[in-house]
Amino acid sequence: MAATPPRWPPFVALLAAALAGCARGGGANPGSARVVVSYWEKWSGFEAEAMQAIVDDFNRSQGRIEVRFLSVSEVDTKLLLAASSGHPPDVAGLWSENIPDFAEKGALTPLDRGLAAAGIGPERYIPVYWELCRHRGFTWGLPTTPSCVALFYNKKLFRAAGLDPERPPRTRAELDDMSRRLTIVEVERAGRRERVSFADLTPEERQGRHFALVQVGHLPQDAGMYVSAWGFWFGARYYDGARRILADDAGSLAAYGWLRQTALDYGVDNLRDFGGSFGIQQSGRTPFLGGFEAMVVQGPWWPNFIAKYAPGLEWGVAPCPAADGVAGGAPVTVAQADVVVIPRGAEHPREALEFIAYLQRQDVAEKLARSQQKFTALSRVSDGFLATHPNPAVRFFISLARSPGAQALPRLSIWHEYNEEMGVAAERVLNLSYTPARALAEVEGRVQWRLDRVSRRWDAVGSERVAEWRSDDNW
Amino acid sequence: MTTGDRQRTRMGLAFVSPWIVGLAAFTIYPIAASLYYSFCDYDVLSKPVWVGLLNYRDMASDQVFWKSVANTLLFNVMALPLGLVSALALALLLNQPVRARGTFRAIYYLPSLVPAVASAMIWLWILNGRLGLLNAALATVGVHHPPQWLADPAWTKPSLAIMSVWGCGNTVVIYLAALQGVPRSLLEAAMIDGASAWDRLVHVTLPAISPVIYFNLIIGIIGGLQVFVSAFIMWGGGGPDRSVLFYAVYLYQNAFEYRQMGYACAMAWMLCLLILALTWLASVSSRRLVFYQGD
Repeated sequence: MAATPPRWPPFVALLAAALAGCARGGGANPGSARVVVSYWEKWSGFEAEAMQAIVDDFNRSQGRIEVRFLSVSEVDTKLLLAASSGHPPDVAGLWSENIPDFAEKGALTPLDRGLAAAGIGPERYIPVYWELCRHRGFTWGLPTTPSCVALFYNKKLFRAAGLDPERPPRTRAELDDMSRRLTIVEVERAGRRERVSFADLTPEERQGRHFALVQVGHLPQDAGMYVSAWGFWFGARYYDGARRILADDAGSLAAYGWLRQTALDYGVDNLRDFGGSFGIQQSGRTPFLGGFEAMVVQGPWWPNFIAKYAPGLEWGVAPCPAADGVAGGAPVTVAQADVVVIPRGAEHPREALEFIAYLQRQDVAEKLARSQQKFTALSRVSDGFLATHPNPAVRFFISLARSPGAQALPRLSIWHEYNEEMGVAAERVLNLSYTPARALAEVEGRVQWRLDRVSRRWDAVGSERVAEWRSDDNW
Repeated sequence: MTTGDRQRTRMGLAFVSPWIVGLAAFTIYPIAASLYYSFCDYDVLSKPVWVGLLNYRDMASDQVFWKSVANTLLFNVMALPLGLVSALALALLLNQPVRARGTFRAIYYLPSLVPAVASAMIWLWILNGRLGLLNAALATVGVHHPPQWLADPAWTKPSLAIMSVWGCGNTVVIYLAALQGVPRSLLEAAMIDGASAWDRLVHVTLPAISPVIYFNLIIGIIGGLQVFVSAFIMWGGGGPDRSVLFYAVYLYQNAFEYRQMGYACAMAWMLCLLILALTWLASVSSRRLVFYQGD
């Protein structure tokens, strides 16, 4: 018997019911006598269309289950409300970093027994993606499309700076050196405005910072949500896996020291002036897409953006160089994944698992990945997939994800806050208002305070919850 | 009470019962529930656990909480007087007997009809550091290093205060209505006594409309302390160095992003108390400055 999720007050239930109503298909579809499995997914646009095609294939492939796909914005928040009312969808598409939080709060169904029965185990996956789906010894979801990040670079700008466009940086020193050579500034010399490489500025001109940035080689702050993850390339640990936050370990301090050096080199005001004219990634108005930045850290989705917003851009991709000795010299990357989970209280968990298992078939996973121009989390790849894939970087990303240096984000239920605090610290360091040590010490104090609260709660409910997970017999 | 009275009372209650049910379910219950949750460790998904005053104690030691309080108060110190004075100035101008006065009134009122999200998007462009209209205008008057309105923590709150003036149409309308009610006889008497236009404004018009200024001040305080939409749309969170992390934004983050609903409920109650305190303070401090007809 499945454990009944806690019943919550009517006002929460009403809110959730309003959200859940449209996806709740009811038990069997009276017209076709099929079991209706509701599936909420975060994707929209061509990504949603790709999954809809997979769902249609599944519905055609058998006569017992009908999956109803619904594209839902802010799916994590809506799933939270739906789960709290006891009326969640049967399947939900989340981000891998949601798993620890949702699992600890009792919003997900542990899949281990069901997966064992379906013959699905870790050997089927690239290790880092299997790891992302695990928390506190249980498996909570399976990946649909994974990602990891690398250094994209503009070959035309490399050529213009006299660099070999087929030779991206391999060490951090090379990255910084190339970045300076690729940075073009406007400076006044003998009463005239001249455009020169940052590397060619005189020491006085550098010191005074009386120049305007016209083009940059690489700005660490342009890594978007990965700004807080730079520590991985410097050997940072972030978390001891138990009760201690390690926000200011040597790796993070080195990473934030690098951010500070960027602000010191280029000047806080110059960086603001340069960044002020650009918008968010989704609008296509980023320095890299505009041809004003030579190198940027992005994931396998980036060629889609290039094709859409800068089709003429001549690009290459390489592992982002890590500090000496990190990961034994193996390419370093940060891995994340889109995952499918079965929320606690789902009406049809068995049928939901059947659909999820279908998504893990190599032909199905490859069809979805090809349509979304990404790769799969599976350890096996078919030759046809590589040969016909529209994303020229797919082979590179698969090999990068398999690197021993591929890191999973810390499996912490408070990672969202941790990440945000690291972002604030990065801003303070880049503004030169805080030193890296002070900024990271503040992060450590604040996030540790939050972790202590979460741990206190876990101490109160953890053993009960783990016993509940162990006794789960949905399968 | 006669049988007929009782029957009428029952009928009356039956007719208003949809409203009573709605009020109980959607207002009274959530308010009472939020008070209870403010004393609980509650993440929406799991059962609330009673923790007494812990959330309130945590608030006292939460530096980000105090930053959000300071941001909100500072923003109000900038935006509230600016909004009140600009709306009053506009109302005085739009009250002048000039041609096409109705058209001018409509033009100044129009921005307040623009949805908050659309307005925030427009201002994102106006305030853009390099390509924005505002900095382009400043460049034409010789300001060669204009502020980075959206990226510099020192300028984010002033930029929101400037934005807030754009939507002051509603306040202008209220002032205009009040200005129509200033006794003409008093103005004429002042004029006959030789009072200048400025004297008439300071000694006749402003005292006559002081209840309306007071009303706008109170509404401004209540609205200002709950400022949320523009900051949330334009920066998505707290902005550079949390400079626009307002109280309501931090409350939202705790409730829906960090899933600390108990803490968020405690914050909501503290906000309620803060608004009450400031309203009381405004009421006491302005007692000698507000004149009602018949005083």
